[in-house]
Amino acid sequence: MSGVGSTEPQEGHAGSAGVSLKDSARAQLLLELADDELILGWRDSEWTGIAPTLEEDVAFSSIAQNEIGHARALYELAAVELGGDADALAFDRAPAEYRCAPLVELHLLEWAHTIARRWLYEEADQVRIEALKTGDDAELAGLAAKIDREEVYHRIHAQMWAERLRDEPRFRAAVDELWPYALGILPPELRPELERRTGLRADSAQAVERGTHTEELEPLWDEMTEVRRSVAGATW
Amino acid sequence: MPIFEVFRQEKKGQAFAHAGSVEAPDAAFAEAWAREQYGRRGESEALWLVPRESVHAITDWADEFDLKYRRVDGYSIKERLREARERADKAKAGA
Amino acid sequence: MDARTQEFLEHVQAGGQVESTDWLPEEYRQKLIKFIEMHANSELMGVLPEREWILKAPTLQRKLALTAKVQDEVGHAQLIYRVAEDLGKPRDEMFADLLSGKAKFHNVFHYPTKTWGDVGVIAWLVDAAAIISQKALLKCSYAPYARIMKKICWEESFHILHGRDVILTLMTGTDEQRELVQEALTRWWGPLMQFHGNPISREEDPMFVWRIKSQGNEEARQQFLEGYVPQIWELGLTVPDPNLRRTDDGVWEYSEPDWAELKSVVTGHGPRSQDRLDLRRRFLDQEKWVRDTVLAA
Repeated sequence: MSGVGSTEPQEGHAGSAGVSLKDSARAQLLLELADDELILGWRDSEWTGIAPTLEEDVAFSSIAQNEIGHARALYELAAVELGGDADALAFDRAPAEYRCAPLVELHLLEWAHTIARRWLYEEADQVRIEALKTGDDAELAGLAAKIDREEVYHRIHAQMWAERLRDEPRFRAAVDELWPYALGILPPELRPELERRTGLRADSAQAVERGTHTEELEPLWDEMTEVRRSVAGATW
Repeated sequence: MPIFEVFRQEKKGQAFAHAGSVEAPDAAFAEAWAREQYGRRGESEALWLVPRESVHAITDWADEFDLKYRRVDGYSIKERLREARERADKAKAGA
Repeated sequence: MDARTQEFLEHVQAGGQVESTDWLPEEYRQKLIKFIEMHANSELMGVLPEREWILKAPTLQRKLALTAKVQDEVGHAQLIYRVAEDLGKPRDEMFADLLSGKAKFHNVFHYPTKTWGDVGVIAWLVDAAAIISQKALLKCSYAPYARIMKKICWEESFHILHGRDVILTLMTGTDEQRELVQEALTRWWGPLMQFHGNPISREEDPMFVWRIKSQGNEEARQQFLEGYVPQIWELGLTVPDPNLRRTDDGVWEYSEPDWAELKSVVTGHGPRSQDRLDLRRRFLDQEKWVRDTVLAA
């Protein structure tokens, strides 16, 4: 496991549910999924109040809330094995311990980039959700199916916007810029499917792989955990 | 941007009532947006979206000649029923 | 006053309502638009003090609840702006007037939020003060506005529960957490007391005369004090007004609110007035291309 600033598991970290190499591949996968949804949901929630139209603002905020809800369900499943609870996993790990892909960490408070990320992420997410729904892990398949029923509307929303923005140069530029990051959402064996769905070519880009973090994660984590850390161990 | 009127059914079997309107470029956006504005708390069984120009309003009526037969209050049943009953009673008593 | 206007006035004062297609006296229309516009602006600007705490929310549940609350406020802005638009004022024009200072928004949204204690106090007390005003609009003579108030009041009831929960969690927490609440309450008390406006009598208040609202300013403030001071005191919190007391007739007495502060703040000189308008302006400008090109039908 590689990560910015640490190659050692963070054991004994106050208030955290430490993730170590001993933890199962399943727990690690759950954290990948949960961390992606949490951080993207956190980024998307930033649009609440400042989206291009009031109507879109309300709809977009629901998407962000759904993502946080998905993260919570995934953390709860992970907590069964890792200990702690959803909040501890969501907030009490050190930045280096998060398993989110770089795509979700980027601060993109501009509409063309935001929609480009939403669209690319939903396409990638659908590929892995399909794999989980049809996988051997019945519990995870059930949760994936539940998540998917909400993601239907996220996909409709993203596609609706992508269609409208199709000919807009700044959207095309944003998609090109974020495509390498989108590839990093999925393990290599699922990338051909993503290529097929988006019409974009994997060989045109160098994937920004999961496993390292951008420099945006730490300031995000500072802000996200500021209140929680202000009174250690408190109930909020 | 066009306006779409939103009609909302709160529970199955109930009538759809006008709930407000959204400003949207087309029906797809209107749907995505009305869905959240009028349903995010699961408070609606169903929604109907109608472009404003498709709603035809009628607000004026002509009733110059007071056609009482069209209204419930145009019939004075009670009085004549009482009279008819009295006649039937009298007839029975006399038979 | 001409006969037609007089008839209209009698109609609304008898509890009658009107629709967007009815004839409205010009004075009524203008006052109505101004009132509704200020309400819409307030919902829109009210988002800004709270949204930064969405990002800092200390648990997933709080993050969800706060995001939903702020989302509701944006939704309310949408509902209310639509009513004003149907009265003839375009949304862009209302945004322009808001940014230029020509149109106003309520005092409470011009102040900073400093801690998680503010998040609790706003949801508990500022929203409570706002709900009292909003309930007084449920029977508004202008029916389209009255109808949306029903949805707004229903959604506000969730905010009250959320606020109460945040406060009670802090008040049963550590000393530091309790201090967050007290400190926030101390800062917010002045603006809260000013919120319902100076105590002009109902008969002199055009909003009441035209039955746009069913309650005078002082009535609203008294209702707020009656409902919430006992709640504040039972938690052991101190209200920073030594003169605050309830007389035997059930009337609340209090130190005269700072009306000069209210006037100054509402005309754009509050501690965060210009910052927040700048933020609004920045995003309206940044995403103008979306409205003008992408969303143009």
